[in-house]
Amino acid sequence: MFMRRVAIVGVGMTEFGEHWELGFRELIAQAGVRAIEDAKLQGVKIDALYGGTMAAGRLIGQEHITALIADYMGLNPIPATRVEAACASGGAALRTGYLAVASGMHDVVVVGGAEKMTDVPAGDAAVALGGAGDQEWELFMGATFPALYALIARRHMHEYGTTREMMASVAVKNHANAAKNPYAHFRKEISIEDVLGAKMISEPLTMFDCSPISDGAAAVVLMPLEKAKEHTDMPVEILASMQASDTLALHSRKSLTEMRATKVAAKRAFEMAKVAPGDIDVCEVHDCFTIAEILAIEDIGFFEKGKGGKASLDGETALNSKISINTSGGLKGCGHPVGATGVKQAVEVTWQLRGEAQNNRQVKGAEIGMTHNVGGSGATCVTHIMKRGD
Amino acid sequence: MTEGHGLALTWRKIPERYNLIGSHCDNCGENFFPIRHICPNCRRKGRMKNSRFSGKGEVYSYTMVYSPPTGFELEAPYVMAIIQLEEGAKVTAQLVDGDYSRVKIGAPVYMVFRKIQEEGKEGLIHYGFKFKLG
Amino acid sequence: MDVKKVGIVGYGAYVPRFRIDAEEITKVWGEEAKRIKEGLGIQEKSVPDMDEDAATIAVEAARNAMKHAGISAKEIGALYVGSESHPYAVKPTATIVAEAIMATPELTAVDMEFACKAGTAAVQCCMGMCASGMIKYGMAIGSDTSQGRPGDALEYSAGCGGAAYIIGTEGLVAEIEETCSFTTDTPDFWRRPGADFPSHGGRFTGEPAYFRHVVSASRMLMAKTGVKPEELDYAVFHQPNGKFPMQAARMLGIPVEKVAHGLVTPFIGNTYSAASMLGLAAVLDVAKPGERILVTSFGSGAGSDSFLIRVLDAIEEKRGRARSVQSYMDDKEYVEYGVYVKHRRKLKSL
Repeated sequence: MFMRRVAIVGVGMTEFGEHWELGFRELIAQAGVRAIEDAKLQGVKIDALYGGTMAAGRLIGQEHITALIADYMGLNPIPATRVEAACASGGAALRTGYLAVASGMHDVVVVGGAEKMTDVPAGDAAVALGGAGDQEWELFMGATFPALYALIARRHMHEYGTTREMMASVAVKNHANAAKNPYAHFRKEISIEDVLGAKMISEPLTMFDCSPISDGAAAVVLMPLEKAKEHTDMPVEILASMQASDTLALHSRKSLTEMRATKVAAKRAFEMAKVAPGDIDVCEVHDCFTIAEILAIEDIGFFEKGKGGKASLDGETALNSKISINTSGGLKGCGHPVGATGVKQAVEVTWQLRGEAQNNRQVKGAEIGMTHNVGGSGATCVTHIMKRGD
Repeated sequence: MTEGHGLALTWRKIPERYNLIGSHCDNCGENFFPIRHICPNCRRKGRMKNSRFSGKGEVYSYTMVYSPPTGFELEAPYVMAIIQLEEGAKVTAQLVDGDYSRVKIGAPVYMVFRKIQEEGKEGLIHYGFKFKLG
Repeated sequence: MDVKKVGIVGYGAYVPRFRIDAEEITKVWGEEAKRIKEGLGIQEKSVPDMDEDAATIAVEAARNAMKHAGISAKEIGALYVGSESHPYAVKPTATIVAEAIMATPELTAVDMEFACKAGTAAVQCCMGMCASGMIKYGMAIGSDTSQGRPGDALEYSAGCGGAAYIIGTEGLVAEIEETCSFTTDTPDFWRRPGADFPSHGGRFTGEPAYFRHVVSASRMLMAKTGVKPEELDYAVFHQPNGKFPMQAARMLGIPVEKVAHGLVTPFIGNTYSAASMLGLAAVLDVAKPGERILVTSFGSGAGSDSFLIRVLDAIEEKRGRARSVQSYMDDKEYVEYGVYVKHRRKLKSL
């Protein structure tokens, strides 16, 4: 490809959690300023802004969200575009920013993701999230988002013998990682018994199998690799940025136990980056529900189809084990402000590749990292592979 | 009540919701639900026509929903399932009237006519399909 | 009548699954279960699920009738639904049913109300339309999810169910030899718009209301046709409880054994507009060709429709195509009073 190579030169995020005192504008400003300061952009002009948020219209009544962000960040008159792909909005925004730099159109691009979810009652937030699925034929019939993943879980249990304990172990691991992450929504460890005994949301998923409703924002600064090398001695190169789609409704899929969008996007990403799953040292996957992480690690290719549950239970995805999955705590532990997640994943992987992960969360010798962001019940998947650029 | 349910939309959905009318592609022979105008297999070579499905099928997956969305509070907990119709297409619907312990993947089901949602005390009642074991 | 022979081409029933035992209700209101059950002749009654109403019940009964009759829905020229619990005060139940059996758009439809007699009035309308040649087939449905005021006697009996009859002049399983009606303005049972529960006359419901109309209409019919009590194989009366039909039979000189098979109220409660029609369906499920059935409905204190029906050979050919009334009565799950009250939306916050 004749496209330019692209690198991440700065990252920043807010803490994820319930931010009663911070509205949407405050969240994006906090993340944006942290990323720009991390990138040391004094005197460097930003050329364009891409923002990912899933449901600002329903959650804060605001569309035209990137116009708001560019205005509030004092970045007028640069072009500012919103990207939306449900829970993959952040990842899709990152991909769009990457394409803008790779194509040569822009040099310095800021990509942000944000979601303000707690200004509405939880029931309304759940309805907003339901829009990630087929609103007409899934949500309208009574299928909430957790119900869709419960249907996936039930089928995975049926086809591969995955157990509730295996799914619970994903939550346990992610909470253990999140406990060390100063930016995470949850800072306490939990046990398998805690997960199994929690309030049932949609059988077999309990409250602790489900990622929370959180507020938060994250941002990264992109530059072409050559320029990045002059700017910082620790650029993180994006080796691959790939995306794929699948049917909107779960009932239209050929199989409930694999995500074709993940398989296609991941395969193409490995081809573009010229690496294999075994080369990945750290990976942030989309664990909106515990079962989602199990599908992800199988579909990306870290474990054989059907063996993801056992691998999780056996500790093969823990920090510094066979493959460190969701060192940030994932969506489950770190929180899931929907539009922010895909960008936060890039923030976490950047910290890991730079050796800057806080509080003993560091994956030793991390050189190649990956992010995996999914929209809805698998209708969109965006993956990125990054490498420590020296 | 899920937002966005204008009466024109509900009226358009009646054939699908009341009578399980989906699509059949005369080119590749596959059945789809709900109605599609473009065959995902054949695209422009597809020849899609409306097809009424019998309502018979089996449970493909299921869950018991304890945390209902707005509009379903009175029914919770209720069973949601993906049903594989005998014609091949799959649909998402509630399972009613049954003993949850008898719900299994592969259990035969048939379609029944029920209220799906109501728009409060003064708005429209939305009717449509649910399924029952048997 | 000297127009074409008209009768029942097919029929279908539906009763929701849930039941509440009368004893459950007596516990809450401090009555004696044995006294109530024996006095009313009611063991238990049907309770609709949260997502059922008179429209959904009518659709299920109608779909069963279609399976039974073996006709094409497009041949139905009229569809009438009688109920006192139509889901909308304005917007017909009949069109919802017509759409759900794919009979639209070339037919006439209207909703009817005459308390428990609306369904049989619908049958009479279809008879006229068919016998005159205006339509080929008509569908008449009685369907209700009736309301009983908490603590009132009617709470033991107000049940839910539906029955649909396809009327025509060909493919008959039973001929309706004659029908006549007795109608007055007798204020025994009423409900004003917006009122949650009906009001009724207490002991007035007996002699001046139920017995006057049921017996008068039945006598009119027997006089008109010349049929004698001993020539009847079955008698189905409107059944607000398990006792009145027996008494009506005695007053007409009909042996009470002939009432038994068409008496469904003891097991599912009074299904109001569906009551006599479900009783008739239970009889038709077992009747033999040549047998004769007297059916007399009653509604609102104020009217009765009476029918003389002769069963034909085709009844055996079509038997078993759709679920029987007995199978609906046997398929049941009990709920206790709290769940019953939630399902019937008697909790004011609902």
